[in-house]
Order: sequence, then structure tokens, then C-alpha cells
Amino acid sequence: MAITLARTTASKATRDAYGEAIIEVARDNPRIVALTGDLRDSNRLEAFAADYPDRFFECGIAEQNMVGVAAGLATCGKIPFVSSFAAFSPGRCYDQIRVLVAQPGLNVKLVSTHGGLTVGEDGASAQAVEELALMRSLAKMTVIVPADAVETAQVIRAVAEHVGPVYVRLGRGGVPVLFDDSYQFSIGVAPVLRDGGDVTLAACGIMVAEALEAAQLLGAEGVSARVLNVSTLKPLDEATILAAARETGAIVTAEEHSVYGGLGGAICELVTAHHPVGVERVGIQDRFGESGPPRPLMEAYGLTAGEIAAAARRAVSRKRAS
Amino acid sequence: MSSHADLSALRSRAHAFRKTILKIITRAGSGHPGGSLSVIDLLTALYFHQLRHNPKDPAWADRDRVVLSKGHACPAWYVVLAECGYFDPGHLWTMRQMGSILQGHPDMVRTPGVDMSTGSLGMGFSAAIGMALAGKRDGRPYRVYAVLGDGECQEGSVWEGAMFAAHYGLDNLVAIVDRNGVQQTGRTEERIRLDPLADKWRAFNWDVAEIDGHDMGAIVSALDRAASAAGRPHAIIARTVKGKGVSFAEGAAGYHGKALTEDELARALAELDIAELNVEARG
Repeated sequence: MAITLARTTASKATRDAYGEAIIEVARDNPRIVALTGDLRDSNRLEAFAADYPDRFFECGIAEQNMVGVAAGLATCGKIPFVSSFAAFSPGRCYDQIRVLVAQPGLNVKLVSTHGGLTVGEDGASAQAVEELALMRSLAKMTVIVPADAVETAQVIRAVAEHVGPVYVRLGRGGVPVLFDDSYQFSIGVAPVLRDGGDVTLAACGIMVAEALEAAQLLGAEGVSARVLNVSTLKPLDEATILAAARETGAIVTAEEHSVYGGLGGAICELVTAHHPVGVERVGIQDRFGESGPPRPLMEAYGLTAGEIAAAARRAVSRKRAS
Repeated sequence: MSSHADLSALRSRAHAFRKTILKIITRAGSGHPGGSLSVIDLLTALYFHQLRHNPKDPAWADRDRVVLSKGHACPAWYVVLAECGYFDPGHLWTMRQMGSILQGHPDMVRTPGVDMSTGSLGMGFSAAIGMALAGKRDGRPYRVYAVLGDGECQEGSVWEGAMFAAHYGLDNLVAIVDRNGVQQTGRTEERIRLDPLADKWRAFNWDVAEIDGHDMGAIVSALDRAASAAGRPHAIIARTVKGKGVSFAEGAAGYHGKALTEDELARALAELDIAELNVEARG
């Protein structure tokens, strides 16, 4: 039942996959347009701008207006893909997203790059580590954090077909390519990447690779860990997560986000209501980030396979004690 | 060009709308009478003189679009939309009640004829710009009218949008600024100064007209001129009076977001009736 993982050590940024995928979906669907706020290079939209100049809208350094313009375009049948850094969108335009996009349920795709701590050296102001909580709390909003470049390409294809507002969080740097072409993403489905019965590791984004590594560490100790790729934070794959709660009795969540309101919060809300089990949340504690290279930042902020494994040991011993 | 009879008919409509606006806000027990009365002449001229639309087919692709960026003035909009036939006027008496199609601020999902949900200030304008941009790129003939309050021009996103619309040469976009000079807690010029407001729009490369927003002839002429603008977006700065037509509410910040009591309503309606008589007497 588990997914076949790619046998490769390649790495690729999810934003690179976005830049390629949006051109593909735009080829099939003339309603797709792209907007950016002076970040066409960072958002990997330069090729789109060159291929589809009439469907590319440079909005300048003005994210609030950009989201409003996208909402207006959507009422006229366009499918706008709005891109910025996650720090700025939704960072600077939450109210526009709330009133103009989410409340009317308009078909706007908010695809932000540079999400999370691993943006790196630009420091805390550039590191969006709480925006998933904002987007997840908006009614009608779908929230997706792909794990690698292969999944990102499929996510872009899926959200282009999906009718309604979506937030997709992408990263800046390269992430391991986990999946091969046999992988199949569906909105709201959390695939089991590795089966196991002692504990469930539920991860999203760059933390999926760490969770897989943690499962290997745990396996060497005789702890069998199930790994879920919960790329869709909303709507959550309730059936898969509750089955994991029932069958493994312990859950560790892992995300490049605050431990408040993101994946960990979502899973706690679900299991406490339906099948209470111990949940350990690996993520950024109640603090902001700082400047640094991605890997040392991940280590300093506890976003590693080792931290996930340690959390899993705690979760398993808590289960056995109860 | 409009004949004298046309203008007279528009004035009569606006008069009737003023009374209904006040009644439905009092009925609701809350709402925004001041800004509804200041903008009603503009909305009346827009819908009954200017707009290309089909209330029987609110989704007609080539319809002119209206975005009430100053969404709190929606009682004025609802009264006009009902008169156009977008929905049964009976709904007006349910405004702000649970289950109503008429929410406290415009909701495009619930209300036929509402092209964009608004509420927070300074953002409906951007959505209007997106509609105008789509129209340009698709070669559609429609125009987009964004109705802004003056107070909301304190929001930075208005100027983000003004810059954007001029950059893209959106001459199918008309911004109508209801310059009533009063915001929630006082005069705009005392809170955060807006003047020279027309110069600001000009500086953002818009064509600008300044008119008396209660002079129906001036409004109609300005809308006609705006519809023939070429190359640049067009702003109409309409000088208006908050609470226009009701002596005790005129220019008063206290009537920004407060319903009239039933006694106040009776006084207001009597004043409006007398004013209407005077207009008719003048012919």
C-alpha cells in the first residue's frame, strides 16, 4: 500500500517545479493568468511572462492591490495564480484574501514561494512560519504544502482544475526529490509513504524527507513508524489520519512552521475530537527565526530527522505508559 | 446628452430612494445612513442613465460592472438594485437580518447585481481594476465603475491601485469618489488630510473631473465624459454632503454608522417630502 519512492539523491526547489508546471497548465487552459509583485525571477515566472505576455500581470511592490486585482480577474472567468513571497502574500494582504477571495469563494490560486524558515539569511522578517495558520483558519480556503518538486508539479495541475480559493506554500531552496512519476497527488489525500504500526509520523513540505529519515532511524531501533505525507493541510485527510491514530496509537507531526495552528494544530484538533492519542508536534516553537543557512537553521530550530525520532520515542513511551 | 425631463426623473428617483434608504436602515436598527445619502444621487445617475446592464441576466458577460468599494453605503445600492429589478424590493425590509440576501456589507454570493463583495475599505477598488484589466485583455466592451468613499482614500491600497490602473492604461475604468468630507469620527481633513484630492489622482496619471455630487446635470455630464475617456482611467471627484437631505444629519459624523430612531426618521421623511415639493414647484 505504501508509495514507491524515487531512488535518487537529486534535489530541486519546489518553486522551480512551479515555474515549469504553470506553463504546462497554461498551455491547456487559456483562462490561467499569473500575477507577481516584482518577483518574477524569484517566483520562477520569467518563462511564463515570456511565453504568455498577455496573461502575465506585473503588479509591482503592492501585494494588497495584487490580490484585489486577482479577485476582479476571477469574477471575469480568469484563473489567477498570484505569487509573492509567503512573508508578503498572505503576509501583507490577509484582509484582501479574507474579504475578496475567501468569503466569495473566488477561483484565485495563491502560490507563494519562500515559505518557512529555510528562506535563510534574510532573517526573521522574510521567514513566514505562521501563515499556514492564517490560511487554514479561513473558511473555503484549501491549503497545500507539497513535499518535493514532483508533487509540486502535480499540485499545480490539480489546483488549476479545482474550482475555489487555494493557498500553496513553496520553498526557496532545493529539496530532495522523493517521488517518481508514479506518484499521484490528489487534493485532500494524505498518502502513506511507509507503513508501520508503532507510531505515525505525519509531515508536510520539506519535513517529509526528514520524517522518512526518522522512520529509518526508528526502524534500526525496532520501532516501526508509519509515514504520512499530509500535503493538504485543509481539507485534512481525516480517514487516513484517524486510521493511523487507531492503528499506531501515537502521532508525531512535523512541519516547517510554528507548532501553533499549522499541521500539528490541525491533527490535534482532529484526533482530540475523534480518537484521542498522544501527539508530539515538531516545528518552530513560540519564537521567530534568524539569519542563517538553511541546514544550520533547521538544526538550530529542531527541524530534523533526529528531532522527529526523539519525538517519536516520547510518543511511543507515553503510549506504553498509559 | 440628457433632456431636462430625464434629469427631473433622475432627481425624483433619488428623492424616493433617500426615503427608502432611511426606512430600511431604521427597520434594520443599524447601518450607515450618512454615506448612503451622500452617494445616492451618484448611484441613481449611474444605474438609470449610464449603465449597460440587464437585471434579468446579472451574469451577462458584457455588462458594465459596479463595485461599491465604500461597502458600508450598501443600503443605497440595494435600493437602486431593487428598483432595477435585480431582486424583489420586499427583500429590502430584511436587510441585516439572519438569512437575508442583503447583508450588512455587500456580498456577491447572496445578492444579485453585486459584482464584488466588499466591507473592509480600500480594497473593492482593486477588484474593480482586475475586472477592467480582464475586459481590456479580452477585448470586451464593458466599463467598470468603482465607487469609493473619500475616507477610504486614506488606505494605501487605493494608491497602489491608482498607480496600477494608470500603468495599464485602463480607460474602461471609472473611479467615482464620494467626497463627503466626513469619516467615522470627524472631518476627513481633521483626521488625515486628503486635499488636494483631485491633484493626487492627477499625479497618478488619471483624468479627473470635479463636480457637485448632488447636481444631477453635472453628474450625468461627468459620467458621459468619463465614458469617452481614452488612454487613461478617469476619476470623478464628487463633492457631496454626508446625510444629504436630512438637516440634522448633514455633515454630521454621528450619522456615519447609526440608524435613525423612529422619531428621527419621521422628521427626516417630512423634510424630504417638503424638499421634493419644492423641487416639483420649481419644475
